[in-house]
Amino acid sequence: MDTTTATASQTPVLAADVAAYLKRRGRWSPLEIAFWIFAFASIWLFPDKYLILKDTAILALFALSLDLILGYAGIISLGQAAFFGVAGYFSGLVAKYGIIDEPIIALVCSGLVAAAFGFVTSFLVLRGSDLTRLMVTLGVSLMLGEIANRYANITGGADGLQGVDIAPILGRWNFDLYGHNGYVYCLIVLFVCFVIARRIVYSPFGLSLRAVKGNALRAAAIGIPVKWRLVAIYTIAAGFAGIAGGLLTQTTAFCSLDVFSLDRSADLLLVLIIGGTGYLYGGLIGAVIYKFLQDWLATLTPQYWQFWIGLVLVVIVLVGRERVEGWIAAARGSLVRLGGRAWTRIRPRSAALGGAIDGS
Amino acid sequence: MPILETIGLEKRFGGILAAQNVNLAVEKGARHALIGPNGAGKTTVINLLTGVLKPTAGRIMLEGRDITDAAPHQRVRLGMARTFQINQLFLDLTPLESIGLVVSERLGTGADWWRVVGSKSVVTDEIVEVVERFRLTDVMHERAATLPYGKQRLLEIALAFACRPRVLLLDEPAAGVPEAERHELLATIEALPAEVTVLLIEHDMDLVFSFADRISVLVNGTLFVDGAPEDVARDPRVKAVYLGEELDA
Repeated sequence: MDTTTATASQTPVLAADVAAYLKRRGRWSPLEIAFWIFAFASIWLFPDKYLILKDTAILALFALSLDLILGYAGIISLGQAAFFGVAGYFSGLVAKYGIIDEPIIALVCSGLVAAAFGFVTSFLVLRGSDLTRLMVTLGVSLMLGEIANRYANITGGADGLQGVDIAPILGRWNFDLYGHNGYVYCLIVLFVCFVIARRIVYSPFGLSLRAVKGNALRAAAIGIPVKWRLVAIYTIAAGFAGIAGGLLTQTTAFCSLDVFSLDRSADLLLVLIIGGTGYLYGGLIGAVIYKFLQDWLATLTPQYWQFWIGLVLVVIVLVGRERVEGWIAAARGSLVRLGGRAWTRIRPRSAALGGAIDGS
Repeated sequence: MPILETIGLEKRFGGILAAQNVNLAVEKGARHALIGPNGAGKTTVINLLTGVLKPTAGRIMLEGRDITDAAPHQRVRLGMARTFQINQLFLDLTPLESIGLVVSERLGTGADWWRVVGSKSVVTDEIVEVVERFRLTDVMHERAATLPYGKQRLLEIALAFACRPRVLLLDEPAAGVPEAERHELLATIEALPAEVTVLLIEHDMDLVFSFADRISVLVNGTLFVDGAPEDVARDPRVKAVYLGEELDA
């Protein structure tokens, strides 16, 4: 009798604890808030760096799209450029022919077009091993590049898509020569996409993706439709890659065949190797490091900068990786300890409040 | 009508018949054990039942419904869940997250992408119930990879139980569990609700005879004997093929 009353009185408290704990998983940490404050402060802090900052923001969004499938669903790809390119040409063409004049609407549409394209091609990557996926995704973007080359009457072929005229954003803000508005636009788009991605990975859907990545056999055995979840995230990631591609065309008023290039997809893997996968900021931090490293090396040694990029990557992968992971683990450990301490502080309080918290 | 039934089930791997003409009938609410020597095809049968493998011939009926062509995740939704002989856990997730995942999936909110996990009280209430039933409360925030083996084994069963199956398939639940942690595991298996039908695949004869009210013996991919525990224990053929073999070893 005693034990039953004990459990009965304990369960609502435990339920409240569980709810509070699960909700806290998705809470913004101070470090994240600081990251975004700094990102937006860059608009005023580095007015002479808008060009590279803008490229960084686009690369970061593009890398975020790969992180969604690689870091959360375990799908490796060398073909994100396919979606980047499709949307890049799409947003260029709709602007050139005045089909969609408003850049934001055009950007959303190019994201949707890329997502639709991602949905169709997702069935190709569901099968097979990592190597198969690499080859299939690479093949798709190579084919698209060649199609764009072949239909030069539409795409401009090797000369690129000329005469793209981008209307002012919301009819008000022009893409100015200094790149100020362009950068602010890219940064806001990046932030909005990031918030959506963040929301996705902390949702039940995001949790199920981690389960699929961790153990697909068991995921199916607890009722998760593994195939459809992978299709869904691949489609969403394609949409994000498409928005990045659309941004590039809109901010440069130009689109060329190089949007489909292997370099572009390979750069993404490098960015994620630098920044790490599976915590959403890998693509962002990686993009910042990669772009500024590239810029710095290019000013030091304009002709041979790629040599140094190569060297840095080899060093990062061979020597630094474990060490960097060690730092991350240590930082995570101290965060968890911090969280644990906060947890023990909250616990007695929630026990006292009991029913009040339960209602939330 | 049996709740789970196979009709002439057959599985061929190339030239090898791993299961042939298996006619298994599990009654509603039963504690049914499927036993057999190593290589008898027990795991093949469970993989056929859960849809990991497709049968070469035969049908599988769940509550009178033909599920032979249903995908593994559909069978879970139709009311049948399983555990694995070798733990198949989400090693990077905590018990809380893993069970939360299963509960969300079952309540149909698993594909929600605009809601933070745990914002629905139906989900959290059910998580708590499962966590308490399987004695995982004190370790619910630890990564599954770091749990002691006995707790991992409990989590293995908890994940299947959280699917709220009407038929639960337990594949050697006690395998490898050290003696000290065994009691806790067996107690939770004993305490499974009576309305859940359990099909137990087991090697451990003590567990089988203390738990099961019906036993089927599988030898060389065919059902050999099927009956009440006393009858199976007395059956000379079973002694010869199975128990005898165990005694010799």
